[in-house]
Amino acid sequence: MPVNSAQPPAGQPGTAPAPSLCIDALGRKCPVPIIMLAERIGEVAVGQVVQVLADDPAAKTDVPAWCGLKSHDYVGSAELAGEAGWAFLVRRGY
Amino acid sequence: MAAKEALLAALDDGWADPGRLYREGRRASLLLDQARERVAGVLRCRADEVAFTTSGTQAVHLAVLGAVLARQSASRGPGHVVVSAVEHSSVLNAAAQAEQAGSEVTIAAVGTDGRVDVAGFTDAVRRDRTVLACLQSANHEVGTIQPVEDVSAECQAHRVPLLVDAAASAGRAPLPTGWSMLAASGHKWGGPPGVGVMVIRKTVRWRAPMPAGSREGHRVPGFPNLPAIISAVVALEAFEAARDEADIALRALTGQIRDRIQALVPDCVVHGERAWALPHIVSFSCLYVDGEALVIELDKAGFSVSSGSACATDTQQPSHVLAAMGAITHGNVRVSLPRDTSEETVTKFLEVLPQIASRLRGSAGQSRMAG
Repeated sequence: MPVNSAQPPAGQPGTAPAPSLCIDALGRKCPVPIIMLAERIGEVAVGQVVQVLADDPAAKTDVPAWCGLKSHDYVGSAELAGEAGWAFLVRRGY
Repeated sequence: MAAKEALLAALDDGWADPGRLYREGRRASLLLDQARERVAGVLRCRADEVAFTTSGTQAVHLAVLGAVLARQSASRGPGHVVVSAVEHSSVLNAAAQAEQAGSEVTIAAVGTDGRVDVAGFTDAVRRDRTVLACLQSANHEVGTIQPVEDVSAECQAHRVPLLVDAAASAGRAPLPTGWSMLAASGHKWGGPPGVGVMVIRKTVRWRAPMPAGSREGHRVPGFPNLPAIISAVVALEAFEAARDEADIALRALTGQIRDRIQALVPDCVVHGERAWALPHIVSFSCLYVDGEALVIELDKAGFSVSSGSACATDTQQPSHVLAAMGAITHGNVRVSLPRDTSEETVTKFLEVLPQIASRLRGSAGQSRMAG
């Protein structure tokens, strides 16, 4: 089913910036991936990018929603090769 | 209470099969006709446009699939169906089945407030061979009232029947005008389970998508549950009669939750706009809290709430409504207030919830987290 999306498309993996920190939340259920992201985003400098690996379906919605609420920049996501889940990229906004 | 008395009385008086010619059957047939007239009075349609189903879900399934079937072309196959992204799962599931059978389906996006994007929806309606558009009167999870009357004119102009799933709002808010088909569910307005209502306007082309026999104008299969139908009709009239008064009281109570929750629970987001909300529903998400644990702890404290968080559902998928709104899905609570809710109950809820959220956040080991 095609979706008439009012939201901007996710970033293109081909042009994705290199992450300064990778958070592995694979196998962790909501809200743990978001808690890990919130706890650790302060470890990178403002403007740098954090990568979050997660396979909980809620992360697909909650990572961009959390970025919107907390004024961080949601860069995009890519499906993981060879396993279920996604790599989300978030740029620290402040 | 009136609905319960009506149910008990109808078990004595209306137990028979309305399709039979003996005395009790004729009595049942009369009672069924009266029930139909009364529902038509509330919904402002003709009695012969009303069919009783076994649930709101069945009403939606029959309405969607019957509309698609009736406008299927012998040479070009099934047509195009438009649904909003936040429809009840019964609508989305019926659309998915139509899609498997060859229909094209467009899912129209909603904004962050949960209201369908009118331009996107009507653009989709204008597409060639659109045979059905589905837009709920209000959303069942976040309470957002949809701009049905903003899309209905466009549907009429393009001769596209508009199905309005009114389950969340029937008896609770004025029904929108301009619909061609309507579905509703008796238990949502205080009736017993097992009663749905499907209305198909006389001008709408519709064909029964399954063997329907002679019941309900050849539209719905099976022996109707007359005692439950009578009870649901009594409940609907009682709900309608007290609607304005209940609306004010319930808006004041959900308003208290909306006004105070963000100050009481740090990092809490209320979904949808108050201006477009049903009086009795408020939905919010507490960041960094496990939604299932929140529901369980609130239940222990005496509050029965539901949640759209993935961990709180059978499928482990987050609510498609919250996802379509781009909203936080974890730590979600939907409060749906019954009509007799007291102010004390809401005050108590607002006392208990911050303590539970704080405790669960502590146990999730994120007390170190800044804002």
